Amino acid sequence: MGKIIELKKVNKWFDKFQVLKDINLEVAPQEKIVICGPSGSGKSTLIRCINRLEEHQEGNIIVDGTELAENTKNIEKIRAEVGMVFQQFNLFPHLSILDNCTLAPIWVKKLPKKEAEEVAMENLTRVQIDDQALKFPGQLSGGQQQRAAIARALCMEPKIMLFDEPTSALDPEMIKEVLDVMVDLAKGGMTMIVVTHEMGFAKEVADYMIFMDEGKIVERAKTKEFFENPKSDRTKLFLSQIL
Amino acid sequence: MNLIAKPSKDNIKTYVPIGLSLVSLSFLDVFVNAFFNFNLMGFLPSQLSYFLPLILGFIGFYLIRIEFSGVRSLDILNKNINSNNFNALLTLFTIFIIIKSIPPMLDWFILEANFVGNSKDDCTGDGACWVFIKVWFNRFMYGLYPDAEQWRINTAFLILFAVVGVSFFVSEKLKKYFILFLVFVFPFLGIKLISGGSFGLEYVESAAWGGLSLTFIISAFAILFCFPIGVILALGRRSSLPAIKYISIGFIELWRGVPLITVLFMSAVMFPMFLPDGTFIDKLIRVLIAITLFEAAYMAEVVRGGLQALPKGQYEAAKSLGMGYWRMNALIILPQALKLVIPGIANTLLALVKDTPLIFVVGLMELAGMIGLAKTNPKWLGMAMEGYVFAGLVFWIICYAMSRYSQNLEKKLSTER
Repeated sequence: MGKIIELKKVNKWFDKFQVLKDINLEVAPQEKIVICGPSGSGKSTLIRCINRLEEHQEGNIIVDGTELAENTKNIEKIRAEVGMVFQQFNLFPHLSILDNCTLAPIWVKKLPKKEAEEVAMENLTRVQIDDQALKFPGQLSGGQQQRAAIARALCMEPKIMLFDEPTSALDPEMIKEVLDVMVDLAKGGMTMIVVTHEMGFAKEVADYMIFMDEGKIVERAKTKEFFENPKSDRTKLFLSQIL
Repeated sequence: MNLIAKPSKDNIKTYVPIGLSLVSLSFLDVFVNAFFNFNLMGFLPSQLSYFLPLILGFIGFYLIRIEFSGVRSLDILNKNINSNNFNALLTLFTIFIIIKSIPPMLDWFILEANFVGNSKDDCTGDGACWVFIKVWFNRFMYGLYPDAEQWRINTAFLILFAVVGVSFFVSEKLKKYFILFLVFVFPFLGIKLISGGSFGLEYVESAAWGGLSLTFIISAFAILFCFPIGVILALGRRSSLPAIKYISIGFIELWRGVPLITVLFMSAVMFPMFLPDGTFIDKLIRVLIAITLFEAAYMAEVVRGGLQALPKGQYEAAKSLGMGYWRMNALIILPQALKLVIPGIANTLLALVKDTPLIFVVGLMELAGMIGLAKTNPKWLGMAMEGYVFAGLVFWIICYAMSRYSQNLEKKLSTER
């Protein structure tokens, strides 16, 4: 099976501080990967490198056959194929939910307005906030905003979805509604890389688990094996604290 | 003992009427004194009658100062202007000064002022000589523009007001074309109409332009051009490309560091020396460019403030959806940043309008300049006050309208409901 994302010996520094150390990672289409680890371990930086919101200094990152590097011409094209959901939602507050969803399809993918609105309504229905389409982000609850953000990313019809701690900024009772949407998405066959602390979600959907600490991938294992029989002591310690 | 008890809810029935009548009496005294020059308390020794309104008002305010009286209007009054003895005194002084200053103002502006006639000799009263404004009105509006051709200026402004007026009542779709017309077509059409030289219109050189119409022309063009230049400079200053960044910084700091009057002088006097022989750029155009670039530097910093106020997440979200630099800025960043800095933009544009009189240093005379010229006319010496009050009033109306418009815009664009 071909690889849709490949990271080879990726190193990254913030000034002198090394955040990513020799990261190797391969993701096949339709695979779901959950990355966990203590804060500051480089999980967010890693997935932000995959759509080049962060630049890496050494190694290769290849997304859907294109290598990401300083001179990559069509970085926008890659980003359009890689949807991203942020911890802080980052909806555009000056636009209605519907406009949030149609803006990029209209201007980047050059979809006609009508078609873009149909796609948007489809995705908003999928995340169950089609009745909020004409409201502004400020009028929605956190859970609704995050679902709108997921719908916005889906409207670009991405091949890969990246989730950067999508539930960390939410009230406990809103976490479930967002996770339900993500589970549904996973069952639909989307390629997903999720940074999260929601281990229940991880057990339900992940094909692989990755545990990171201090910029390194400490353990990469099939989900079942990862939880039942972790190999490294660091992973055992982390799991004992989080479960 | 009961008489000097502290005002409270119990004695409200006696204290409040007494207090209110004392306060009213004090106002009445000042009012009669100011308007009819008659001293109600004249029967008292002069020292006492002078201070009596203050004393009466003070006692009156003391008597009605009841905490939580239960009467709503009284509580509001006490809370706002009568919370303690010092505030009561301040209130009295303020009201006395207002009452006292009304009659002389009325006298100067209207009652003693002269409205009819057509020379300085017709001004016999002690008040303002509005004849001055009346006689010179045409010059104040059009400068030295030939009388026979003034219909051209009128037509240009009539078209402008008509288009703006109609644009408020048409659908959103049509509005777009109206705005495009106003920004890209009308300015040049209007200038062609006013300057003439073609279509059988007589050429009127820009040195003859002046008065309020010139104020409008310069303000409108400077606003029109300084805004986009300012936005581009603001983006440039935050660019990651060093060349663009440092050129922007250099430009902004250079223009912000020089007084406008110097810039204008250089544009009119020094700049032509650097031009090759035989080339000629109209003085008005040079001045316009100077003001535009000067204000663009200020605009850039205002806009940069808005850009910096946006969270980084907005940039990242736009990028993650595949938007390039220009789309990200045009669709996501600028709409939000500009909305945030509407007050600052309005500030800069108001300052721009009020800076236009400085063009007198290069010999161009807009409204204030024309007034300055008229008041030095030997037949009209001593009319500075009337002239500048008039100029102040006109500038205030323009600026207040702009300020109101910016407030409306702010309200209309707000999405934090």
